[in-house]
Amino acid sequence: MAAVTRAPAPPAPAAPQQKPPRKRGRLTPYWLLLPGILWLVVFFALPMIYQASTSVQTGSLEEGYKVTWHFVTYWDALSEYWPQFVRSVLYAASATILCLLLGYPLAYLLAFRAGRWRNLLLILVIAPFFTSFLIRTLAWKTILADGGPLVGALNALHVLDVTSWLGWTSGDRVLATPLAVVCGLTYNFLPFMILPLYTSLERIDARLHEAAGDLYARPVTTFRKVTFPLSMPGVVSGTLLTFIPAAGDYVNADLLGSTDTRMVGNVIQTQFLRILDYPTAAALSFILMAAILAMVTVYIRRSGTEDLV
Amino acid sequence: MKTTNDNGGDVRLTQIGKTYGSFTAVHPLDLTVPQGSFFALLGASGCGKTTTLRMIAGLEEPTQGTVHLGDQDVTHLPPYKRPVNTVFQSYALFPHLDIFENVAFGLRRRGIKSVKKQVEEMLDLVQLGEQARKKPHQLSGGQQQRVAVARALINHPKVLLLDEPLGALDLKLRRQMQLELKRIQTEVGITFIHVTHDQEEAMTMADTVAVMNAGRVEQLGSPTDLYENPKTTFVANFLGTSNLIEAEVDTRSGDEIVLKAGGCKLSLPQARCSAPATNGGKVLVGVRPEKISLTHADDAGEIPEGRNRVTGRIADSSFIGVSTQYVIDSPACPELEVYAQNIDRDARLVPGAEVVLHWNPAHTFGLDAAQDIDAGVETVEPDEGVAA
Repeated sequence: MAAVTRAPAPPAPAAPQQKPPRKRGRLTPYWLLLPGILWLVVFFALPMIYQASTSVQTGSLEEGYKVTWHFVTYWDALSEYWPQFVRSVLYAASATILCLLLGYPLAYLLAFRAGRWRNLLLILVIAPFFTSFLIRTLAWKTILADGGPLVGALNALHVLDVTSWLGWTSGDRVLATPLAVVCGLTYNFLPFMILPLYTSLERIDARLHEAAGDLYARPVTTFRKVTFPLSMPGVVSGTLLTFIPAAGDYVNADLLGSTDTRMVGNVIQTQFLRILDYPTAAALSFILMAAILAMVTVYIRRSGTEDLV
Repeated sequence: MKTTNDNGGDVRLTQIGKTYGSFTAVHPLDLTVPQGSFFALLGASGCGKTTTLRMIAGLEEPTQGTVHLGDQDVTHLPPYKRPVNTVFQSYALFPHLDIFENVAFGLRRRGIKSVKKQVEEMLDLVQLGEQARKKPHQLSGGQQQRVAVARALINHPKVLLLDEPLGALDLKLRRQMQLELKRIQTEVGITFIHVTHDQEEAMTMADTVAVMNAGRVEQLGSPTDLYENPKTTFVANFLGTSNLIEAEVDTRSGDEIVLKAGGCKLSLPQARCSAPATNGGKVLVGVRPEKISLTHADDAGEIPEGRNRVTGRIADSSFIGVSTQYVIDSPACPELEVYAQNIDRDARLVPGAEVVLHWNPAHTFGLDAAQDIDAGVETVEPDEGVAA
């Protein structure tokens, strides 16, 4: 056996210089997203799936409900409750327009004219939130009470004659009429209109007003051609923040309205909590959601605010 | 300056002033800007130059005095009724309108329907024809600046007001726009009133410069005149650099004043002394750093007769390419600045060397010694409260 002289072992190859990129760093954003995603899954996605399955179930409370893909529920719900749908959209739209008409001048004042009063006024805008929604709405019940000072004054001024003729009020009552519900909606959602409007108005460079004036625009034209177009993002987000919750609201119609002013929210509430017809209630919820989504999509497309944001 | 016999388009400010409470932004001042001239209001921030401009534009109501455009009294007209347009600081372009509509804005407001041709011509003038359909935020700073100019000029105003129009641009672009604005002004022949804190910008562009300080016009004149014959220490220090030497009047002969400072005798032409010079009185003797020649003390004999001489020692020198800047410690004045062109450099001129400074007496100017000798020195931020 030949003696094998072992050559000295070659030096160990140098450790590879390039390590694969570390995975941990790249995953960080997903870890950070996790709580939010979990929240959405538990409190949004799962309830939605549960509701969706409820809406296609049949059965009764005693025998239990089973998924039978009974889509007819949707058709039945819509054909039975379409007046409440239409009413919801009308009331919500009226309240939104009123909010815009009331909120815009106030937001304008806050943004451009309030000076050192600005912060105090802003606090006053959100001050109603310090009391509960329910109590605020109940307060309106007192304000609009039959024979109360406000209704008395409106009656004396024959305003109620006009509103009754329009069908907004009935006789010398304001409470339990469409006007009362719209007033309640307007009052309760006004801050949601004012704050986005204020934010977008406040962002407008005051020199743009000067520039428009310098270029022969009168104050009214300056508003029409410069201020208002530039406040469109606020108008759009304000109207959405008002319209969407108002369309689904049931508290105002419940407390300030009557059986003739029931909105779709009231119907859903009754179906869920009193009649216990869960499939119909779920179907109504989905129809409302789809309708709002469709309207909002058209609205955003038409208002063309993508350019401004 | 464009000379026109017709002064129907002059801007005349008569005793115009502005106070905010107890603070006086602009002391009552009289100013006439001839039609077709390029006029600059120059001063540090808070000196009242922008307020003056805004009073001409109608964006600020004067507390007193009147504004005339030609024969028309516009003092109480709102901005949208004045034949005046403004190029705002940071431009104030309408972000929701494209370039075309920005430029067309003024025409449309005056009810002109067919704006296309005019707008296109104007965009060509400022070389932005290609950008017509872009939004302002898609343009660079220099392009936005030109849009602002076009948007104002298209209305053929009697006067174009420019409020620090180049402040937001970097140095290279600023130089380019200075020439560009000058070209446009020459081309359209409209009166330009330009507010700036940049003395170089004012001197490059304007025919006439009004130097403002603490709400007052310190001096008015052509850039050369202001630079060569400053009448106050503020102007002497704010426009370029000046060496100011405190001196005592020794003798006066004919149109020459001879002064003493730290053992040196200096001569000053009577015509260039804005201060009352009485024998024994004090006068500030000024000379620009680039007018002074520097000779090593060993060669003092070679300096021609008749020049003003000051002896001193080089305290510091810095080589900056085209020139070398020296700081000289002299018995006449502790820190004299000298800029020497780098033509034939004397190797002996290093810190510590004894030197003689000499200059032509015709380049000397005399100022009233009662003033603050450091007024307008760049490193000192003028305190706005002082103006009140």
